[in-house]
Amino acid sequence: MPDFAPVIGLEVHVQLNTATKMFCACPNRFGDPPNTNVCPVCLGLPGALPVPNAAAIEAAVKAALYLNCSVSSFSKFDRKNYFYPDLPKAYQISQYDLPIGTRGSLEIEVSGTTRRIGITRIHLEEDAGKLVHAPGASLVDLNRAGTPLLEIVSAPEIFSPEEAYAYLSSLRLLMLYLGISNCNMEEGSLRCDANISLRPAGSSTLGTKVEIKNLNSFKGVQKALAFEIKRQSSLLATGTPIVQETRLYDAATDKTLSMRSKEEAHDYRYFPDPDLVPMTFSPEYLARLRDNLPETPQHRAQRFVSAFGLSQYDATVLTSDPALASYFEDTIAAGASPKLAANWIANNLLSALHQTSTSIGACKIRPPQLAALINLVETGTLSSTSAKTVVFPAVFEKGIDPNAVVAEMGLAQVSDTTQIDQWVVDAIRANPDVLDSLRKGKVKAVAKLVGSVMQMSRGKANAALVSQRIAAILKDMHGIEISG
Amino acid sequence: MITPETVAYLARLARIELNETDLARFVPPLQEILAYVAKLNELDTSQVEPTAHVLPLTNVSRSDDPLPSLSNAAALQSAPCTDEGCFLVPPVIE
Amino acid sequence: METVREWLNALRTGECSARDAVTTALERIRTVDPQLQAVIAIDPERALAQADTIDRQRAGGEDPGPLAGLPIGIKDVICEKDVECTCASQILKGYRPPYDATVITMLRRAGAIPVARLNMDEFAMGSSTDHSAFAITRNPWDTNRIPGGSSGGSAAAVAARMLPCALGSDTGGSIRQPAALCGVTGLKPTYGRVSRYGLVAYASSLDQIGPLALTVEDIALLLPHLAGHDPHDATSANLPVPNYPAALFQDLRGVRLGVPKEYFIAGLDPAVETAVRSALHLFARNGADCVEISLPHTEYAIATYYIIATAEASSNLARYDGIHYGWRAPESTTLDEVYSHTRRRGFGEEVIRRIILGTYVLSSGYYDAYYLKALKVRTLIRQDFTRAFDTVDAIVTPTSPTPAFALGEKLNDPLQMYLSDIFTVSVNLAGIPGLSVPCGFSPDGLPIGLQILAKPFDEMMLLRVGHAWQQLTDFHLRRPPVCATSFSRPTTHA
Repeated sequence: MPDFAPVIGLEVHVQLNTATKMFCACPNRFGDPPNTNVCPVCLGLPGALPVPNAAAIEAAVKAALYLNCSVSSFSKFDRKNYFYPDLPKAYQISQYDLPIGTRGSLEIEVSGTTRRIGITRIHLEEDAGKLVHAPGASLVDLNRAGTPLLEIVSAPEIFSPEEAYAYLSSLRLLMLYLGISNCNMEEGSLRCDANISLRPAGSSTLGTKVEIKNLNSFKGVQKALAFEIKRQSSLLATGTPIVQETRLYDAATDKTLSMRSKEEAHDYRYFPDPDLVPMTFSPEYLARLRDNLPETPQHRAQRFVSAFGLSQYDATVLTSDPALASYFEDTIAAGASPKLAANWIANNLLSALHQTSTSIGACKIRPPQLAALINLVETGTLSSTSAKTVVFPAVFEKGIDPNAVVAEMGLAQVSDTTQIDQWVVDAIRANPDVLDSLRKGKVKAVAKLVGSVMQMSRGKANAALVSQRIAAILKDMHGIEISG
Repeated sequence: MITPETVAYLARLARIELNETDLARFVPPLQEILAYVAKLNELDTSQVEPTAHVLPLTNVSRSDDPLPSLSNAAALQSAPCTDEGCFLVPPVIE
Repeated sequence: METVREWLNALRTGECSARDAVTTALERIRTVDPQLQAVIAIDPERALAQADTIDRQRAGGEDPGPLAGLPIGIKDVICEKDVECTCASQILKGYRPPYDATVITMLRRAGAIPVARLNMDEFAMGSSTDHSAFAITRNPWDTNRIPGGSSGGSAAAVAARMLPCALGSDTGGSIRQPAALCGVTGLKPTYGRVSRYGLVAYASSLDQIGPLALTVEDIALLLPHLAGHDPHDATSANLPVPNYPAALFQDLRGVRLGVPKEYFIAGLDPAVETAVRSALHLFARNGADCVEISLPHTEYAIATYYIIATAEASSNLARYDGIHYGWRAPESTTLDEVYSHTRRRGFGEEVIRRIILGTYVLSSGYYDAYYLKALKVRTLIRQDFTRAFDTVDAIVTPTSPTPAFALGEKLNDPLQMYLSDIFTVSVNLAGIPGLSVPCGFSPDGLPIGLQILAKPFDEMMLLRVGHAWQQLTDFHLRRPPVCATSFSRPTTHA
């Protein structure tokens, strides 16, 4: 069986998170009762006219620049004509021959290797409404109709399902960094279709292309492509030609299925929308936007390594979400040591967020509070154990000042040597057997004394100081030397 | 010359059901009109820019400020068939 | 009480209340319209309620607006909130827009009262108003003839003095041609001068709303309440609105009038040519400077227009699919049947013809040869006018090559009907303003129209020349036989 190599292209739709829709002032909001965020424009009523949303255009230009596209000085909207019940005008306002951006790229990393994937085009369009299929009928909700949508088309330069996954993750992260979309696949604010063809390894001619739809997660994209590679390989191996078609991915069975419906010839009859005037972008405007683009995730991670001495791993984890990265920087700005802050965020905070399904934005413990907590531990006021098991959970749950928790619960660590010495003496007195054991060389018996002191202090004794004072007192009062 | 097959295809694209009788009636005037508009080919337009808009307007847009939407009742007031606040259509087969 | 000015005077002096005005208009419609069928629908309650509000405002010392109480007819292609808007098409039966067109909002604010929905060619596609799904409107001068179109209901209603004024829409001559054929005055403003928001689109890059009335003075009184920038229309011009009535105080002296030689062609009715030529003499005698000019691409205008207009229409009319509003063909059980039966049976033949033509010129493989080619010729046609206006202030032409033709005469010969738009379509392609004023009568007693054209946004020049013309002539004041008795007094209800 000859080896076949896949060639994959991805078409991603990103809903912009503007306050209003693309061509009307209806709220751009998910989850409202059907057909309540609608007006004559997005209902496609006769006589209503579209007026473009300046914020959406700016977001599209920024995205194009961020994805290293060239942005031409002149762009326009075109009509794409087709009939579907979720498309009330029977045409979609989109962009045809003069998209906002062309010839861009983004970087992906798969198993330690970095590659650049080309972006063919990025254009602005309006979303369609939603169809809900009921028994014997379909219901049309047009709340989503007119939502600003970026279509980002990759070059056919993705060569494995893993690369497809990495491309999507990277693209999503860039959109999150720009802050122009929520990129929530469950709510449909990021959607993806894939094209895949196979060719004999080493060949440069492209095979027959199959389109896969209904991809609801990044993992789903990866799995659907893997399935499709297997399916097409075995067909090709037996000399069966691939049918050019659209297939739907079924996540439940992890298979792609032919749509089977008779495919109607498409002729979208694109032409410039006469209701809208062209857009022009001056060099000054583009330069201003370019100068104000946010730092890329890669740059930010690099900066975390070089400026804060973080490990590459921690830096990558912290920059995997722009809100998280900002949280980290805010925590440092509030006075925490960078390495401790990185540890606290990457471990304690992330797992707590994960367990409670909370987003970093909704997290009640704010950077100044986390910094205060970290400093309580660093100055020895609070034991690391108390900090992790008592104070952090309380602050995480209620968003209160860690100092207040420490005071209220009496958790301040005792570092007063007189007090600690008293506890040590009491502990030795209460455990006479320990001295015997120690004299026999059983050094581990010291642990019993430490435990006893902790019990007497109700956990508040400074653990390091306790060990130190036990050693000193054993030596001074009992002539026992414990090394270590 | 535009053929009845082409007209049938165009009617299908435009979602207009045309039967044989309809086609027989529609095709001849369309042929006549298209023969007439072919007179544009007399002009050499290789050096001419197309006019999509007569006004020299660019960059007309609005600020991203929401305005109230229609009520659900107003949105559906002229719909031939509705249910559960939605437009109702025969099942869309996917 | 026939002209807008007369109605407004009567309303202002209190000789006539707003309620009287509406009642009078409704009564005239009841009397005259059965012979003409210019009106698709009236809503007396609604109009009277608005009239009463105005009368109360006036009684309370408030200013109810400069057009307060003026009844106006609305072509059934302009949306009024909750009032059925059919575009004279079966497919929009039952459609009640949930919003007002910008021009309706502006007119209401000025105190004008929309009283009637006026007939038209279905979706404004036609030059005769016999392409209406509901009624064939007749010409008030000869009820066996068409009133012109597509704003035939508007022109007939004004000519028959049912209403002092009406709104029409003009995509290729649909205000000017019926105005000419019915002997009234009609203005197609510059593209972008009047908001299209709420005008049901036929061809978006060509459509404009404009007024029809008996006199140029009336047009000048109405225009300030229609023109202006509208943020809801991205193709609306953000330019100041001049004081249009001021144009009425200027005469013809020093005005350079261009007469395009390409407009005096074979097929031009001799009576039309005679009327226009004598108009030119009269202009010259009164101080205007008449010069021959050339608009060399005139003969390509019809072909260019029908490609662009039908292309845009095929897309604009795709939304009528029986799903979101309007009529759905009964017994359509599948989605495909809802689409294709509704559209086959909901649209008339001329509309279907134009949709198919427009679909063709945009379709893959034909776009460049037809649509793109037409956009390029459109550039040449615009340039013709730009060059002409370097040397003249206005251009004077016939509005229509013939007076009104007989009912049904061109119904089965679409190309012949298209060719009758020869003098009007270039104006829409170039986006310039055009005015039609009555300039004579044929031997059969049918009105003839004179078309005056000016630079973009120079409606002032049209009003100046048109008004000066009407100071020299009385064609615009002659009454059609259908209303031989003049309506001099308002109906008053004490």
